[in-house]
Amino acid sequence: MPEPKKRRAALPGPVLGAIGILLFLVLWEIVPRSGLVDTKFLPPASDVVVRLVEYLGDPEFWNDVAETMITWAIGLGIAAVAAIVLGLVIGSSTFLRRATHSTIEFLRPVPSVALIPLAVLLFGIKMESTIMLIIYAAFWQVLLQVLYGVADIDSVANDTAKSYGLGWFARMRYVVWPTTLPYLMTGLRLGAAVALILAITGELLIGSPGLGKQIALTQAGGATTSMYALVLATGLIGVLINVVARAVERRTLAWHTSVRGEVVV
Amino acid sequence: MKLLKRILYFVGLPIALILLWWVLTLGEVNFYTPKPGQLVETFFEVWFSERFFDDVLPSLTRLAIGVVVAILLGIVLGTVIGSVRWLRQLFEPLLEFFRAIPPPVLVPLLLLLIGVNDQMKILVIISGALWPVLLNTVEGVRAVDDVLGDTTRVYGIRGFARIRYLVLPSASPQIMAGIRQSLSIALILMVISEMFASSSGLGFTIIQFQRSFAIPEMWSGIVLLGLIGIALSLIFQFVERRVLHWYHGLKELHTS
Repeated sequence: MPEPKKRRAALPGPVLGAIGILLFLVLWEIVPRSGLVDTKFLPPASDVVVRLVEYLGDPEFWNDVAETMITWAIGLGIAAVAAIVLGLVIGSSTFLRRATHSTIEFLRPVPSVALIPLAVLLFGIKMESTIMLIIYAAFWQVLLQVLYGVADIDSVANDTAKSYGLGWFARMRYVVWPTTLPYLMTGLRLGAAVALILAITGELLIGSPGLGKQIALTQAGGATTSMYALVLATGLIGVLINVVARAVERRTLAWHTSVRGEVVV
Repeated sequence: MKLLKRILYFVGLPIALILLWWVLTLGEVNFYTPKPGQLVETFFEVWFSERFFDDVLPSLTRLAIGVVVAILLGIVLGTVIGSVRWLRQLFEPLLEFFRAIPPPVLVPLLLLLIGVNDQMKILVIISGALWPVLLNTVEGVRAVDDVLGDTTRVYGIRGFARIRYLVLPSASPQIMAGIRQSLSIALILMVISEMFASSSGLGFTIIQFQRSFAIPEMWSGIVLLGLIGIALSLIFQFVERRVLHWYHGLKELHTS
């Protein structure tokens, strides 16, 4: 975030950031070339970048990317819908909120990778196994934020809506939903990042098709440069998901003070 | 009466769920889902044996070392990067990229660089758990209140005292939020590093059970991992309440 005051630095932030990345790449180039680490284990940066560019022209690579992203999207979508519906229902009833609290707190910290053996048993080495992991991991992120959001509802606004004769559905639409939306967006952003981690994990460990499986294959086959290129690619996808999630957040919450304020100041 | 109500709220749903599970598995003999009693029995049989020392304890030790190193490293580096403006700008995009890499892909990478041993597994945990702490510390250190910062400067508080009494306390809510994320990532990585290439540890054992179709044993492993996750989260909440008691008090004051 830019800070307008006290700016007398010679170089603007983005340029320094670019220099930082360049320095890292140079270091990565020098270490294997100088023989400090065997190039068999750590190929120089230039080789990996070239390999990545080659991948970009390779339909097989895009096929893997598509597999990963479809798995990611299906998992995140199911998790989000389930979490929003359950969150709104649980959140709007004090009884349900209190009754489910302990169960949620017990289930939430269970690491989703613990379910890997179960997923394999149920679905085999298919996309469904990975989707199951994603749903479990992303569901809690979204659910928790929705619950926070519903709990944050202004009781005066809700009472006003009630005395104006707004029914349950109208209150949901005009009171509950706008209050919850910022929280929901945070939950979706966190959930999207976690879903990508689990998508890659599932493919890596279970062997369902996608980038993760490709990484495991290149590693086992000794194609080190390709493996590093694929790892870079997953990082780029991660950055892309973050950027898109933030942009969506800003657009859907353009009316909200937290976003509006950012633009004005 | 009030206490009774709270207890009922706390145990009500879990008991109802376990009862449901018990009823559903009562009549049939399903291969995939064990009965509750059978699962408890298997759980003690499997994990309270030499496996506890051979698999569970080493896994937990690696987890603990990884988490502690990641947290310390994250706070120290984060404080340095967060306090120096040009360092922050230099490293920010790079760090964002490292955080965006899904940590599990580091497992095959470190496997190549180091090989299969304890150091590799610990390094996997560190390399995944470091980023949330590091980036949150940077954010927290950067957002130190201007007035407080100026005041300490006027009073001539600088160097280590400034970090100890101003920077770290005011960044601590952010740091704790980062640590919370790190803990869950660390646990995931502990399991993955053992599932991917290993011959011992919790992750390996559970996969082994699954491959040999030892279903109740596999379930007991899932339960154990769940319990570890819950224990970690309880420890975290306990520590957080002690470290941030002033902060929660302040927030209550503002909202009420």
